[in-house]
Amino acid sequence: MKVWSVLVLLLVLLGTQIGWTQTGGDAADRIAKLEQQVTDARGAADNAWMLVSSALVLMMTGPGLALFYGGLVRKKNVLSTMLQSFAMMAIITILWGVIGYSLCFGSGTSFIGGLEYTFLRGVGAAPNAVYAATIPQQTFMVYQLMFAIITPALITGAFAERMKFSAMAVFMVLWSLIVYAPMAHMVWGKGGLLNAALGGRIPTLDFAGGTVVHVTSGVSALVCALYLGKRIGYPHEPTPPHSVVLSFIGACLLWVGWFGFNAGSALSAGSLATSAFVATHFGAAAATLSWSAAEWIRNGKPSALGAVSGAVAGLVAITPAAGFVTPMAAIVIGLVAGVFCYFMVAKVKAKFNYDDSLDAFGVHGAGGTIGALLTGVFAVSAVNPILHDASGNSIALGLIEGNARQLLNQAIGVVIAWVLAIVGTLAILKLVDAIIGLRVPAEHEIQGLDLAQHGEEGYAWDASAV
Amino acid sequence: MQMTKIEAVIQPSKLESVKEALIEVGVDGMTVLEVRGHGRQKGHTEFYRGREYTVDLLPKIKLEIVLPDELVEKAVQAIVTNARTGKIGDGKIFLTRIDEAIRIRNDERGAAAL
Repeated sequence: MKVWSVLVLLLVLLGTQIGWTQTGGDAADRIAKLEQQVTDARGAADNAWMLVSSALVLMMTGPGLALFYGGLVRKKNVLSTMLQSFAMMAIITILWGVIGYSLCFGSGTSFIGGLEYTFLRGVGAAPNAVYAATIPQQTFMVYQLMFAIITPALITGAFAERMKFSAMAVFMVLWSLIVYAPMAHMVWGKGGLLNAALGGRIPTLDFAGGTVVHVTSGVSALVCALYLGKRIGYPHEPTPPHSVVLSFIGACLLWVGWFGFNAGSALSAGSLATSAFVATHFGAAAATLSWSAAEWIRNGKPSALGAVSGAVAGLVAITPAAGFVTPMAAIVIGLVAGVFCYFMVAKVKAKFNYDDSLDAFGVHGAGGTIGALLTGVFAVSAVNPILHDASGNSIALGLIEGNARQLLNQAIGVVIAWVLAIVGTLAILKLVDAIIGLRVPAEHEIQGLDLAQHGEEGYAWDASAV
Repeated sequence: MQMTKIEAVIQPSKLESVKEALIEVGVDGMTVLEVRGHGRQKGHTEFYRGREYTVDLLPKIKLEIVLPDELVEKAVQAIVTNARTGKIGDGKIFLTRIDEAIRIRNDERGAAAL
């Protein structure tokens, strides 16, 4: 009975709306108005998700990465390590507003963006339809900023416990302009050489930054570790993590924040975001298991640090693939990444005897590379029909759909990221070394960077602080 | 009256039962320190991202108690019975003569200050 009365009421209401009070012209107006309202509602939903995603990605740097890295260093360096990540939240933000955003997303050449958005001119409430038609360009800009913040922050893991704060700050500004901006523009910018969605000549699939974020930062990290040299006493003096608890909390925050990073890269709140969210989660879970299994077999015990490191490795590897692969493919990518990164960190680092202090290369460089290549294997058009033929039909993406060419494109993208990271980082290091000097004096390194560089300590030792 | 200092190094997990037993036999004050050390007990290895670390100094609890001599044997027995597991690593007790004790609050001296 209730159902009938509701139906009758609805009919009456519809009648009032359409039949009785409307003429033809009015109806067209109303439909146009309705369509506008639908567009607005869609835009509001997308904007809500993108603002939440922006906040989630910022949370990955502070406190996520700051805690993850802070726990891995010795007590005397906890604050300086955390501050290096936090400083990116301030420095890169200003740089982004002045010129960074424009160099990444302005329409320039195949390699670098133009200058039309310097000082954020014209970046307001109106969408930039080229990138994201349903959200204000300002939302797009601030979302992309969070990526530009975490990427250099990842590098700090390689030179932890020995680099001058001043040199670090200058290095990061230059790195952001010389390495990050060209790579981001090539992969995501309008007209970029590798842009799969916007007509790049070598369409490379990188959904959320496998090459742009993780390969560039990880490879640059290795260059930094090699250029700066080992910490005093490494490896014969022990440098165990001072608090795996902090690292554990940091890694858990990274996992959660990564949903903003990967699912947010859909740039909308629709089913593609869901698909990327699910792939991200399954990739992280699989890598947690495979890293832990490798460690369990080799050391006889699974460790907390191993489990969370595995999760991060899986998150890194699934980043380029997140919006292109099925959940089952994400599991395969995660399983491979967990074992591969464990091998890089536990075996390769010791064999070649470089001091990548917190394994920025072993996790991000290695995981990003393997993830970018596997994206070329497992990407399917059923998840994301991003590539089209001349007549506009969706075509095969990855190797499992029969497109072997994509794997080659992925490899080209990876090689470009490696070369840019190596050459750019080396040039910047040489310059900053000549002007400021990169390493703290030996006595400062022994004393700890917290006291020597910042005049403070993470853990009060003084009896008056009881 | 003669005074003796008991320094007992024990397993951290035994602190509560040792403390209760000492209070039972009439000990009313003690200083407890968290320390690290080792005797015949071997350390252990830890792994962080595949890198192996040997930890040979293990966390222990050290009790320091100064007592009039007539209480010392009872206190030693209380510690021994409550801190013993029979395995290597149970700890040690050292006894030393004490020349003087001074209460900071009112300058009392000797056993009266304990």
